[in-house]
Amino acid sequence: MAKITLSNLRHSYLPNPSGPVDYALKEIDLDWQDGGAYALLGPSGCGKSTLLNIISGLLVPSEGRILFDDRDVTDLPPDQRNIAQVFQFPVIYDTMTVRDNLAFPLRNRGVDQARIAARVAEIAAMLEVEEMLDTRASHLSPDNKQKISMGRGLVRDDVNVVMFDEPLTVIDPHLKWKLRSKLKELHQRVKATMIYVTHDQTEALTFADQVVVMQEGEVVQIGTPVELFERPQHTFVGHFIGSPGMNVLPAEEHGGGARFQGRHVALEGAVTGQGGTTQIGIRPEFVSLADAGLPARVRKVSDVGRHAVVEAMVGDTPVKAIIEGELPEQGAEVHLAFRPSHTRLYRDGWLSTEVEGAAQ
Amino acid sequence: MKTENQKAWFFVLPVLLLVAFNALVPIMTVVNYSVQETFGNNVFFWQGLDWFEQILRSDRFQAALGRQFLFTFLILIIEIPLGIIIALSMPKKGMWVPVCLVLMALPMLIPWNVVGAMWNIFTLPKIGLLGYFMNDVLGVNYDMTQDPLAAWITIIVMDVWHWTSLVVLLSYAGLVSIPDAYYQAAKIDGASPWKVFRYIQLPKMKTVLTIAILLRFMDSFNIYTEPFVLTGGGPGNSTTLLSIDLVKIALGQFDLGPAAAMSLIYFAITLLVSWLFYTLMTKDDAK
Repeated sequence: MAKITLSNLRHSYLPNPSGPVDYALKEIDLDWQDGGAYALLGPSGCGKSTLLNIISGLLVPSEGRILFDDRDVTDLPPDQRNIAQVFQFPVIYDTMTVRDNLAFPLRNRGVDQARIAARVAEIAAMLEVEEMLDTRASHLSPDNKQKISMGRGLVRDDVNVVMFDEPLTVIDPHLKWKLRSKLKELHQRVKATMIYVTHDQTEALTFADQVVVMQEGEVVQIGTPVELFERPQHTFVGHFIGSPGMNVLPAEEHGGGARFQGRHVALEGAVTGQGGTTQIGIRPEFVSLADAGLPARVRKVSDVGRHAVVEAMVGDTPVKAIIEGELPEQGAEVHLAFRPSHTRLYRDGWLSTEVEGAAQ
Repeated sequence: MKTENQKAWFFVLPVLLLVAFNALVPIMTVVNYSVQETFGNNVFFWQGLDWFEQILRSDRFQAALGRQFLFTFLILIIEIPLGIIIALSMPKKGMWVPVCLVLMALPMLIPWNVVGAMWNIFTLPKIGLLGYFMNDVLGVNYDMTQDPLAAWITIIVMDVWHWTSLVVLLSYAGLVSIPDAYYQAAKIDGASPWKVFRYIQLPKMKTVLTIAILLRFMDSFNIYTEPFVLTGGGPGNSTTLLSIDLVKIALGQFDLGPAAAMSLIYFAITLLVSWLFYTLMTKDDAK
């Protein structure tokens, strides 16, 4: 186990990068605490897999250093970094039995037979694959294959970090949930640092203690699932996390609050900074129907079960609201109310209001 | 109620006729010849299985069969590993991939009798480039028209030159289909290059290798044109493989009965060995 430090990391797949657009990763400074469960969340192409491959040593970064417990490993190959990685598609050795698959990383490192047998038995019990130990790995179902690839990652008890690169992509939906809770359980048992890469917010939020949200090669926000939901530091985080995502509405600053479609909107607290393009951000969960407030016309009502998502037009801007209970008709004229404690101003995408007092 | 539509037969019929005329009828003619004796004028005498017995007991057939198995065994044991090694060392991406692929495909595009003629001219002692170089520059006595060993080495080198590409291309297709994640996982698991080959590359190449071995077995077991053009089966009978011997009996001596019996035996052996190969190599998957 180890603490992992990324300092001034930049990476470009081009031999001579000239501007920021040429970088798949732009300036990353991160500390991963020993034993933490992290998720790396972002849309496809945001650089999360690049970052993962840099930590595992499959890629050497163009600039910057990687430290495992203050030891520089930037130039070490993967097998000397003592890490484990689980890939998007299950990687198993087809011709070997499940037992040999699990023992493979240990045998390659010359661990003695008795120790190997003990570790394999332990991991097999943890993953609940004991009864398939002697079957050929190629005959397993995809979810069991993925379990075995995880097992190969966990079988070494001295790994610095176990990394998961979208490991549930090929798993059937009803098994995804099972494997996900298995992973969480495994993390609590083995206490290894784990980094889980995904573009699925549900996976990230259920697995991780800390979620790192990335966009276009940059880390936008690091926080607990609650922090990301409650107080997104960037409109991207607000929009990317949540279902549906945060409403991001064009607005101007206006006397300590904001003006949206010609009407004053109260914000959570004092506005910081000045200039730039301003927007207000409010999650649909905090928009409600009211007797008075912003006049709007209901455009679409989608009932998603527990609640309904109402999309209403305020002037020419659509606003989404999550409504429980009685639903308005499509085309109805309604009034919307924004809860001030969750209404924030964003300047050029970044959060630009302060929390009033000690409310948060 | 189910009505059966019989129209499908009309679509199948042309193919049936085609197969009948180019395969069934000729084979049945051979079967017909193999159990009769003819002295011309379309006069036939029933002979039973005498020709089969005569062929199987003849030293000449056994020798040709032995040479045939030796030839096939040697080219397989050279071409399969060599093909794999070349495929492994070929680039996986970049501008050299198409160059390598075209270079590899070239020998296979040359008509078979041209291959034989090329190698004949290339290896002739006085006029051939290789023949001249070996005899007059290196001073090694090399004459495939006189020396059986030299003739054997020449036909084997020729076949390796001509057909290793097939194994290379098939293995290469198997290799490039392996996702990068396998190599990355192997690196992380600390696998040595040999283990990567043994547990990742070889298993992934298995299907294409089965096809490669089968094709190379059948083609080399039935080989005729190239050695016929190169050595004509000589010196003496030293490179007279089964097909060359068959043609000598059928068209040289015009012994149609024994030739027909030999054809059927030849066909049966090819079929049997191919079936054995296939069953053995695919046995594991069924488990």
